[in-house]
Amino acid sequence: MSAISTSHTDELVRIRGLRTQLGSKVIFDGVDLDIPRGRVTAIMGPSGTGKTTLLRHITGQLVPDAGEIVVDGHDLSKLDRNALFDLRERIGYLFQNSALLTDFSVFENVAFPLRQHARLPEELVRNVVLMKLQAVGLRGAAELMPAELSGGMARRVALARAIVRDPTLLIYDEPFVGLDPIALNQVVKLIRVLNETLGLTSIVVAHELSAVSRVSDEIYLLAAGRVAAHGTPQELVRGATDWTRQFFGGEADGPVPFHYPARDYAADLGFAQVRP
Amino acid sequence: MSEKRDSGSRLGDGLAQVGALGLFLLQVLAAIPRSLRYFAETVRQIFFVGAMSLVIIITCGLFIGLVLGLQLYEVLSRFGSTASVGTVVAIALYRELGPVITALLFAGRAGTSITAEIGLMRATDQLAAMEMMAVDPMAYVVAPRFLAGIVAMPLLACIFNALAIFGSHLVAVSWLGLDNGTFWSNMTGAVDVWTDVMNGVWKSAVFGAVVTLVATFQGYTTAPTSEGVAYATTRTVVYSSILTLVIDFLMTAFLM
Ligand SMILES: Nc1ncnc2c1ncn2[C@@H]1O[C@H](COP(=O)(O)OP(=O)(O)OP(=O)(O)O)[C@@H](O)[C@H]1O
Ligand SMILES: [Mg+2]
Repeated sequence: MSAISTSHTDELVRIRGLRTQLGSKVIFDGVDLDIPRGRVTAIMGPSGTGKTTLLRHITGQLVPDAGEIVVDGHDLSKLDRNALFDLRERIGYLFQNSALLTDFSVFENVAFPLRQHARLPEELVRNVVLMKLQAVGLRGAAELMPAELSGGMARRVALARAIVRDPTLLIYDEPFVGLDPIALNQVVKLIRVLNETLGLTSIVVAHELSAVSRVSDEIYLLAAGRVAAHGTPQELVRGATDWTRQFFGGEADGPVPFHYPARDYAADLGFAQVRP
Repeated sequence: MSEKRDSGSRLGDGLAQVGALGLFLLQVLAAIPRSLRYFAETVRQIFFVGAMSLVIIITCGLFIGLVLGLQLYEVLSRFGSTASVGTVVAIALYRELGPVITALLFAGRAGTSITAEIGLMRATDQLAAMEMMAVDPMAYVVAPRFLAGIVAMPLLACIFNALAIFGSHLVAVSWLGLDNGTFWSNMTGAVDVWTDVMNGVWKSAVFGAVVTLVATFQGYTTAPTSEGVAYATTRTVVYSSILTLVIDFLMTAFLM
């Protein structure tokens, strides 16, 4: 273990030589990545590079074509279903599309993981759930149904659900999407506070550079199936490689493709190809 | 999908589906012990699928009974044996019509909504969310609905039969003037609890399993789009109806 890692001998997630192909598209082509324990690590990258796919690999929802994924000392490829479920009990996961259970109220959604895995007295369940809802500013919405929530409210409920069992690893897939500036600020603070007070490890996938630099200790920039850059937020913004300059500068031209691979534009529109 | 339809054999597709359904059945059976801790959920589903189908079962049962009474009275009067209207109605219902028609109605009413419900859970990542909360959707979502089908269907078939016999009694006795005592005594004399009534109960339990298995399978494996859910719902009705009738024949021919 120590032979591979350089600065962090104590990483919670270790990925080596990850290769994945979905359909005909190669998503990962040799990704090596470490998530240090007790820190907030951000994963950034253009839309469609496979950030969500990476999170699905880390949580064992999707098996890669090749490569090794070790979470908290467990090689995922060697875990059976029960062991995987035991591991997941210690992971909080915020889905990109919230994925609230539509049959249950906000309260019951947040209470769901508690009720499933811990036989707690009702009063305690109630207190824990209300505390978590208070943390995301939605205690008053406890009795609403998911259909009655706005997109941003649903994300905060999903966040409350992800943290309700005080997991050791918290995975946020785009936690800032659809939040107004006030809620965004609160969520940024919440991620930091959870990280500092409970000593959790967090993985944040997000696009908002300002929020990411406030929240994260390290950033991995994924592009074109590989890790394009890695470092602290300051390092990445300052140490300008072509990748980071383009990505953080938001320019269309550069090594990071803005367009999904496509045929020639003129040919697609039905014009004869004009060769210069 | 459409390309496959055009070039490939539909038979091949169909066989692949049957194979996948068989594997799914094994997974469901394996999940049943784990689903026992969600017993309350199973009970809720029994009420739910039962209550959902009740109105249609009662209405259809009544009208089938009325029609059977009319037709049989007319046919049997040619042989001067109208006295056995009750007997024929009861035997036809208990052995065949009750379980089969209830299953077809159940597929259309409860089966479709089970598929749509689970299909939407798939499309909106709710099943994935359960997996991530270390809750097995096979045990929490699928198995309770499967068990509910097995329990609810015989009850629904009984209600269907009762209403149908009531309907035929209405026509034969109250309307056409058959003697009330004759109607009942002939029926109770000729119908055997074990060979006739229990036959129907076993059948309907099996049909309940078939319909809910197909419905949960289609929902669970749907393409996660609104079109995918729409197709899956249609397939639930088509496949579970065909499968019900095929299995009905096999059970009647070889087991009963
Ligand atoms: N089931 C699938 N079959 C084929 N390709 C897929 C499938 N699921 C995802 N992809 C492709 O995988 C790529 C990565 O998807 P993913 O959802 O991981 O992107 P992402 O980095 O999370 O993007 P975003 O920032 O928009 O959320 C996309 O290009 C997508 O087209
Ligand atoms: Mg994504």
